[in-house]
Amino acid sequence: MSKEKIFFDNASTTRVDDRVFEEMKPYFKKKYGNPSSLHDFGDMVRKALDKAREQAASLIGANKEEIYFTSCGTESNNFALWGLARAYKDRGTHIISSSIEHLSIINPLKEFEKEGWKVSLVPADEYGSVNPEDVRKKITRDTALVSIMHANNEVGTIQRIKEISNITKENNILFHSDGAAAAGIIPVDVSKLGVDSYSFTSQQIYGPKGAAALYVKKGIRIKPLLLGGIQESGRRAGTENVPAIAGFGKACGIAENEMDKNNKYISGLRDNLIKGISDKIKNVKLNGHPAKRTPGNVHISFEFIEGESILLMLNFEGIAAASGSSCTSQALKSSHVLLSMGLSPTMAQGSILFSLGKYNTLKEVDRVLAVLPSIIDRLRKMSPLYKE
Amino acid sequence: MFMYSKKVMEHFMSPRNVGEIKDADGIGEIGNPVCGDMMTFYIKVKDNKINDVKFKTFGCGAAIAVSSMVSEMAKGKTLDEALKISNKNVAKELGGLPKNKLHCSNLGADALHKAIENYKKKQKNKK
Repeated sequence: MSKEKIFFDNASTTRVDDRVFEEMKPYFKKKYGNPSSLHDFGDMVRKALDKAREQAASLIGANKEEIYFTSCGTESNNFALWGLARAYKDRGTHIISSSIEHLSIINPLKEFEKEGWKVSLVPADEYGSVNPEDVRKKITRDTALVSIMHANNEVGTIQRIKEISNITKENNILFHSDGAAAAGIIPVDVSKLGVDSYSFTSQQIYGPKGAAALYVKKGIRIKPLLLGGIQESGRRAGTENVPAIAGFGKACGIAENEMDKNNKYISGLRDNLIKGISDKIKNVKLNGHPAKRTPGNVHISFEFIEGESILLMLNFEGIAAASGSSCTSQALKSSHVLLSMGLSPTMAQGSILFSLGKYNTLKEVDRVLAVLPSIIDRLRKMSPLYKE
Repeated sequence: MFMYSKKVMEHFMSPRNVGEIKDADGIGEIGNPVCGDMMTFYIKVKDNKINDVKFKTFGCGAAIAVSSMVSEMAKGKTLDEALKISNKNVAKELGGLPKNKLHCSNLGADALHKAIENYKKKQKNKK
């Protein structure tokens, strides 16, 4: 493949920003101490952690004492659910969440059920929106915790977090939100959102893999998931991944400063791609909310054909994207998000997620638009479901 | 892509015998979009041999490559020979398939056999 590669899979991860990479470099060979050590080597890296904590806190409008570093978004979500549910078990053993959450929420909740907790999942509508009133309806005297994501990682729909937190506050219930697809991408202010805890991650915002954070509001109790030393104020044991955390902090700082500029640019590319696909290809459907969606999300179903085939042909053209088709998942199941939004199995199978980022260009959008119609056409001509 | 053999990718990118046969002697259909793969095979039979074969497939790379390989293997064979083509043989001819694709996408031989059964039934009804 001699064609220049195009990365339209920024929802899976992002390229590390050059400035982030520079920030990380000293923490491999020069400043390699353990932040818990009481000597200059330890001191140097403690400062790095402190700076990163300030940057991460600032990105979401928190205080640095409310930020706990973890290894990934999944860990942050697991930490929040287990940590809060166990700390507040006296309030009840019922948890409310939604059917479109990330698997790092859905799968722990299955474990909760096995251990005797009650779990209620509220549905999403056809746009991938959770109705706050549906959350209210599920509340019982036994409800201790609500967990609803801020932005959906597949279809990009932004949820009505503030309205949900009004409801949880009225009822004295804890509220966690998974912000992995939101923080650093859209403006986030945890005090305005009214959440008690909030997950966010580095690798979605041009930071390195291996670092993420959980915000826990001051005064909220949480039990640690990892037990051991007293790192992260005793709430997350284990030696901190200093290079990744330093990079994460830098990525948070850059995201905060450049968000408006990036989002104008990225949503411009997104709108071009959506318009181009709708103009050039028949029988397509944009999934997610038409307006309340993250800036880089283009989630489209191509009727009559299957997503993995589309991905393979795109990959042959050097274009990287993702799909909610069952064939592309190791579990061989269509995306639970798409099915719970009421998409027909065929439309879920034929779904492609192009997720755009700040390193993408209009030229790349044009090249995708140049090759996509013939890929779709070729596959449709092979499909027994398609009649011209 | 790394998960597929060269042979699979080659058949996927240039599948043989795609299409429909308007006056087919036998038609066989298998699978559905819910599970992810669906195949329809059309055959023309002359002197007890498969004279022509075409297919249409909705599915992943493996499903399309399997369909193409089955069509190639079946062409020119007698009906009895064609009935001996198994899903296992097809996967072998393709240089193997990823484990998780062996059951869901490897249905081409079944679809071909259904087309042959359909042909035989029609012949019986004619008599």
